[in-house]
Amino acid sequence: MLLIKCPYCDETLPELEFAYAGEAHITRPPTPAEASDEEWRDFLFIRSNVKGAHYERWRHVHGCGRFFNAVRDTVSDRFLVTYPAGGLRPAVDDVTGSSK
Amino acid sequence: MTNFRVPGKGRVDQRRPVTFSFDDKEFTAAKGDTVASALLANGVHLMGRSFKYHRPRGPVAAGSEEPNALIGTRRGKGQFEPNTRATVQEVYKGLAATSQNKFPNLKFDIGEINDKAYMLLSAGFYYKTFMWPRSFWDKVYEPFIRAAAGLGVSPTEEDPDHYASRYLHTDVLVVGAGPAGLAAARSAAEAGLRVTLVDENSEAGGTLLSEPQALIEGAPAWDWLAAELAALTDLGVKIMTRTTAIGYYHQNMVGLCEKLTDYVATPEANIPRERMWRVRAGQVILAQGALEKPLVFDGNDRPGVMLAGSAQTYLNRYGVRVGDRAVVVTSHDSAYHAAFDLVESGTAIRAIVDTRAMPPEDLVSQARIRSILVLTGHTVTGTSGRLRVKSVRVNPVRDGWVGEARELLCDCVLMSGGWTPSLHLFSHTKGSLKWDAEQQTFLPDRMTEACLIAGAGRGLWGIEAALTDGAEMGAVAARELGKPIEAKRLTVEQDRTGTGESNTELPSDLSQGKARAFVDYQNDVTAKDLRLAVREGMRSIEHVKRYTTNGMATDQGKMSNINGLNIASDALGKPQPQVGLTTFRPPYTPTSFGAFAGYHRGDHFEATRKTPIDIWAEENGAAFEPVSQWRRAWYFPRAGETMDAAVQRECKATRESVGMFDASTLGKIEVTGPDAVEFMNRMYTNPWTKLQPGRARYGLLLGDDGFIRDDGVIGRLSQDRFHVTTTTGGAARVLNMMEDYLQTEWPDLKVWLTSTTEQWATIALNGPNARKVIEPFVEGLDISAEAFPHMSVAECTVAGFPARLFRISFTGELGFEINVPARHGLELWETLYAAGRPYDLCTYGTETMHVLRAEKGYIIVGQDTDGTVTPFDAGIGWAVGKAKPDFVGMRALKRPDLVADGRKQLVGLLTEDSTTKLEEGAQIVLDPAQPVPMKMVGHVTSSYHSVAAGRPIAMALIAGGHGRMGETVHIPMPDGVIRATVTSPVFYDPEGARLAI
Ligand SMILES: [Zn+2]
Repeated sequence: MLLIKCPYCDETLPELEFAYAGEAHITRPPTPAEASDEEWRDFLFIRSNVKGAHYERWRHVHGCGRFFNAVRDTVSDRFLVTYPAGGLRPAVDDVTGSSK
Repeated sequence: MTNFRVPGKGRVDQRRPVTFSFDDKEFTAAKGDTVASALLANGVHLMGRSFKYHRPRGPVAAGSEEPNALIGTRRGKGQFEPNTRATVQEVYKGLAATSQNKFPNLKFDIGEINDKAYMLLSAGFYYKTFMWPRSFWDKVYEPFIRAAAGLGVSPTEEDPDHYASRYLHTDVLVVGAGPAGLAAARSAAEAGLRVTLVDENSEAGGTLLSEPQALIEGAPAWDWLAAELAALTDLGVKIMTRTTAIGYYHQNMVGLCEKLTDYVATPEANIPRERMWRVRAGQVILAQGALEKPLVFDGNDRPGVMLAGSAQTYLNRYGVRVGDRAVVVTSHDSAYHAAFDLVESGTAIRAIVDTRAMPPEDLVSQARIRSILVLTGHTVTGTSGRLRVKSVRVNPVRDGWVGEARELLCDCVLMSGGWTPSLHLFSHTKGSLKWDAEQQTFLPDRMTEACLIAGAGRGLWGIEAALTDGAEMGAVAARELGKPIEAKRLTVEQDRTGTGESNTELPSDLSQGKARAFVDYQNDVTAKDLRLAVREGMRSIEHVKRYTTNGMATDQGKMSNINGLNIASDALGKPQPQVGLTTFRPPYTPTSFGAFAGYHRGDHFEATRKTPIDIWAEENGAAFEPVSQWRRAWYFPRAGETMDAAVQRECKATRESVGMFDASTLGKIEVTGPDAVEFMNRMYTNPWTKLQPGRARYGLLLGDDGFIRDDGVIGRLSQDRFHVTTTTGGAARVLNMMEDYLQTEWPDLKVWLTSTTEQWATIALNGPNARKVIEPFVEGLDISAEAFPHMSVAECTVAGFPARLFRISFTGELGFEINVPARHGLELWETLYAAGRPYDLCTYGTETMHVLRAEKGYIIVGQDTDGTVTPFDAGIGWAVGKAKPDFVGMRALKRPDLVADGRKQLVGLLTEDSTTKLEEGAQIVLDPAQPVPMKMVGHVTSSYHSVAAGRPIAMALIAGGHGRMGETVHIPMPDGVIRATVTSPVFYDPEGARLAI
């Protein structure tokens, strides 16, 4: 069972309190009516499926209820960093460099 | 009966005899015995039959790695456990143990014929033997495989025991209470850390229990052990015995299974049988020692052939000699010590057969002093004896040439192929291993967790080395946790260190093709099988493993892995590290399902949610059905009434007068705030801006992919407040989706979302007399047809309770839904039930609700839709706002696939014979004469007998269905093809006149 730090509660808590919520930094086109079929397809279905640092969303569903972002290494299954929703996407080097 | 107990020897209490039975025969054990040690004390080696060849087998080991001696134990009804290792099961008074895989009995078994047919059952036989002819599969092969497969017999009765579950947080968890683990715990505890020390055995001590000769700091090993355990207890170390670390999970979480009852005759009442611990540790120290390897030679599986170290354990720990005349076969120094211990206790050692040409001088001379014949540079080429080994065939080997054989008579063979570090838990962490060429074994390399490995687990041999390394690793752990401490150094005399060489199968002068040299005892895999797998093209060790099943038995190859690897790498002509090692996975040893389930069984398997009115339904004889986690009244049968009859009565009563339904399980979400209407506009397909407070509307929720996710009636209570209802199963999902969009897409909107599902009890009254029943109770509101028309909502008082009253209908009749605070739900229900008597008010359940809504063609999300259905497919495109700039799913509704022709669309279906009710889920075809497999164009989603329509009705999703009105489709069923006509899904009151009463 993973330990996950909720950036809002500022506490590291067991995975049981959290729910995965898909890849992060997928932008919903701001004016959907103007989005092309290809843009909408990409928004709906196209995901990076990386081996390594994966930017993803989690929700502290059995805690504060907030959605937040995380970078998790899909090889080691280790969280490299978590940060609030809407926060800037941290560079891979920054998070992997700071990880143990 | 022969007695192999050595008086005064061992840690068992020989003055306290315990009786138990094995295969219905009574035996006497000493307190502290395992089933294996007790049977060996009685001269019994034959304890089971092997899995595939049904060969007679006895214990080869003395611990949890035992592959052969698997027994069934039974304590009482439902308390049968198969495949228990006789080497682990402690004897208690009255224990009833049975052998496995035998018919009719252990000494004479018909399945032994498989042993003669071994040529047919070689590696990959599952893939080869049963391939042809195809028609044999059902009648011949599958029954044969099913009868032959499986170890032991699965219990069929319900387990009456209960199982507990605990969390534990500790600074340092030490796994293994041998010398390394004890010393590690001591260092960490003296540094002031919280330490937990666990061991799977019934007592702590590990190898010290088998080596009483050692002197630690001048004290005999067992005295030192007792003092050390007392000191650890004083330091606050939590010592847990009979506790197996079964798995090592992320971020230093280790699962422990603690056995609490399986070793006592009469367990305390209410004590759990096992307790599963989820431990989160700051540092984990793995001190699991090493496991001895067998040697691979023809007949190395006969009862009486066992590991030398295990024979030493039986002698020193249990006071049991494993035989009168032993031959020791070894490639490692350690077996010499076993031989010396046995000689001292009266077992004759016929010879020490060493595969090495030049074993250490001092060991050879010590053997000579004891008059033991040492045959260096020899090999073993066979054994004899049916139910017990009678002799060993040994040959000299010179320059790779196997010389003339000689036969050594014996009643036991003690073998040692060296030792393998026990790295199973380390392997769970995906830590990497590196091949150590000198020791011919894998050692731990790169860590992925806060984990340390001490003692024999990293290739250090001897008690002093283990104690020193353990103390050091304990200090390292303490330092990592910010509590530096110096590691203490202990001196050990009469320590037994040693080295050895590693082998493939031993050389032989006989045809290796006929040799039965076992590598994996539990799965009956021989050296020949492994070589055959390589010859047949398996190159990866993972393929060799699966083809031969080597290492795939319940012991996961604890003994066989390295021998298997050595043989495979020899056959492949590649060094071991290039061939690699297969992965160990949790659990370390077989673990009961009960321990994993813990409290989550029976009524506690998952929560059962009940409405405030549930108790009334129960008292009034309702039949219930589960709907997600809710228990809902399904129908209310009268005495002797069938479900069909009850549902038809409930439907009829509701349409003719009035029915009452507990709708409390409907999901409810309160959407409030200055931007509530904007939020609703963006979430739901419908337009909400013009909906006036006091009015309600059917709301449709899509995903951004355009497919229906949920629906429900939504009332606007004021400018900034909506009462949203969802499907019963969808409430949490919908709230999560709303929160997601609110928090992450539109964080600027000032909106608050609150789940109110359980705060409101909801009672639905439907039928032409519904108003008459509730009108007398309503205060502060005119509910006449004119003042309170269909799709109205208001706050008022009903029977004195504050209420939100909706005029809505899911039946097509005049309908009201009264929401009152949950605590008043039952009283309101009873009040209305009494008031309804003059109108023959009928309570109904979910089944009638389903029928009534289907008669009106109202969909149920998840039944009539399946996650690929758009509003237009479902025929409810009218609910989609046309002029809105955006809502969730809007853009997707214009995607090419979603506007293409031929999509499956929701329609009604009427069987042509007017009497046949279709099966829900039945597939639909256009041409029943086409060859199988037919092209399926859709399926039946809902089907009921309708009283109102006077016939069965159905709904279906059919490709291009909206364009097929009036066409005939076909539903092929096992007993014939049913013809049905495509219709509108509205079967009753299509004008909606009854809603307006
Ligand atoms: Zn939180």
